[in-house]
Amino acid sequence: MGEVALYDISKRFTLRIDGAVHTVQALSRVSFKVHDGEIVALIGPSGCGKTTVLRIAMGLETASGGKVAVDGREVRGCGHDRGMVFQFAELLPWLTALQNVMFGLEMKGMRGAELRATATRYLELVGLSDSLNRRPHQLSGGMKQRVGIARALAIDPKVLLMDEPFGALDAQTRETMQAELLELHARTRKTILFVTHDLDEAVLIADRIVVMKHGMVQEIMTVPLSRPRPDLGIVRGTPDFAETRYRVWKALHEPAATLH
Amino acid sequence: MLLGAWEILGRDINPVFGSYPSAIAEAFWQLARTGKLWTALLDSLRPFLLGYGLAIVVGIPIGLVIGRFRTVEAAIGIYITAGYAMPLVALVPLLVLWLGLGFAVKVAIVFLMSVFPICINTWLGVTAVPKALIEVGKSFVAPDAVILRRIILPATLPYIMAGIRLAVGRAVVAMVIAEFFTSISGLGAVIITSANNFDTATMFVPIVILMVMAIGLNYLIGAVERWVAPWQAEIAGREE
Repeated sequence: MGEVALYDISKRFTLRIDGAVHTVQALSRVSFKVHDGEIVALIGPSGCGKTTVLRIAMGLETASGGKVAVDGREVRGCGHDRGMVFQFAELLPWLTALQNVMFGLEMKGMRGAELRATATRYLELVGLSDSLNRRPHQLSGGMKQRVGIARALAIDPKVLLMDEPFGALDAQTRETMQAELLELHARTRKTILFVTHDLDEAVLIADRIVVMKHGMVQEIMTVPLSRPRPDLGIVRGTPDFAETRYRVWKALHEPAATLH
Repeated sequence: MLLGAWEILGRDINPVFGSYPSAIAEAFWQLARTGKLWTALLDSLRPFLLGYGLAIVVGIPIGLVIGRFRTVEAAIGIYITAGYAMPLVALVPLLVLWLGLGFAVKVAIVFLMSVFPICINTWLGVTAVPKALIEVGKSFVAPDAVILRRIILPATLPYIMAGIRLAVGRAVVAMVIAEFFTSISGLGAVIITSANNFDTATMFVPIVILMVMAIGLNYLIGAVERWVAPWQAEIAGREE
């Protein structure tokens, strides 16, 4: 199982600008669910609070109100039930790819031969069996993010949380990674919540798309594309893709919904 | 070039007021042959290495904790900053009162001179660790101590090594001060006695040795740095 539910999440920041204290309502009553095995994309313009939602779901930030539950259990702070993939991979630069994956596993309490074997297995899963002993600076951007994904997957979390995981990659690498992510998902059936500002990416990968604006959920739409989607090139050519993409685009360009 | 100019111009100066390289080399030979130099060097090195080593062992953890925890920074940060600027020479008499004239006070002086740059550099290094790396630790539910040891410490290593390097010079100076103002011994003693005898060439021998020692130590630290933090040299964008 792996279901994430966000109930009425709100977040206020206080900022000090020129000596005056401002309160910024970053999130208001954000509620949605990611069902078991589902991929949900959080999309919205920058500053809409999508990354904050993800960070609150991970436990890296605390919500001012509302709650997050994984499989019905309310969570506070970080936990091994959630695996985080960071925007810029954020590998520890002094560790090799293998050691980076092992780090996450060690924190979960794994030791000995199992530790190395598991880390190796997950790096193989993301196609890095030849680069186990490379340090991050010896890896390309795409490879780094593969290690980041392997590190998060290796602890076998119920949910994978991804913060614009392919945002820093070039267009070609991004497409490869998107296809790989879908393949990985087909194999592991992990629940995935990922943040993106890329319309195409959201439609190609997600089952449902949460459109956010000004810290609120504007609309939640279902992507009518079937799984598996082995060839994203073909998916791009379907009328369903074009239609969904247009719907999301429109939602992003509509005036923001008001809070009821 | 510099040595050549010194050699030529130095010869014209009264040997009490100055010296020149070949005279120093001869004095070196004299001191080395009698074995006086080596016993003096050994005498100096023991408190030096102990004090400097202690400064590393004590300075790094304190710096890490101050940098990591704002409350600790607020509590003891200013003492460290003040300690760095402390006119240690003025405090030597007090230290002598506390610790006597022997080995302990020399270790203390070397320690006090070198612990602060190490501590401060470590502290500054910790505050420069990217938040994202710490969040990696948090995401994987690493305890605070593990984040400190396995994320913050390695990320801070370049700063720590810079502090250790900066401390070399201060430690060497501290060692000589200690030998001047406590029981006169070691290389400092050679400097003082030869100065008192107006034997300027001999006085320069330990000074040169100390400078060479500092260079050697610096080099050694560089090697250690490449060994403990090999990724650093690979990441750094230095021109060949």
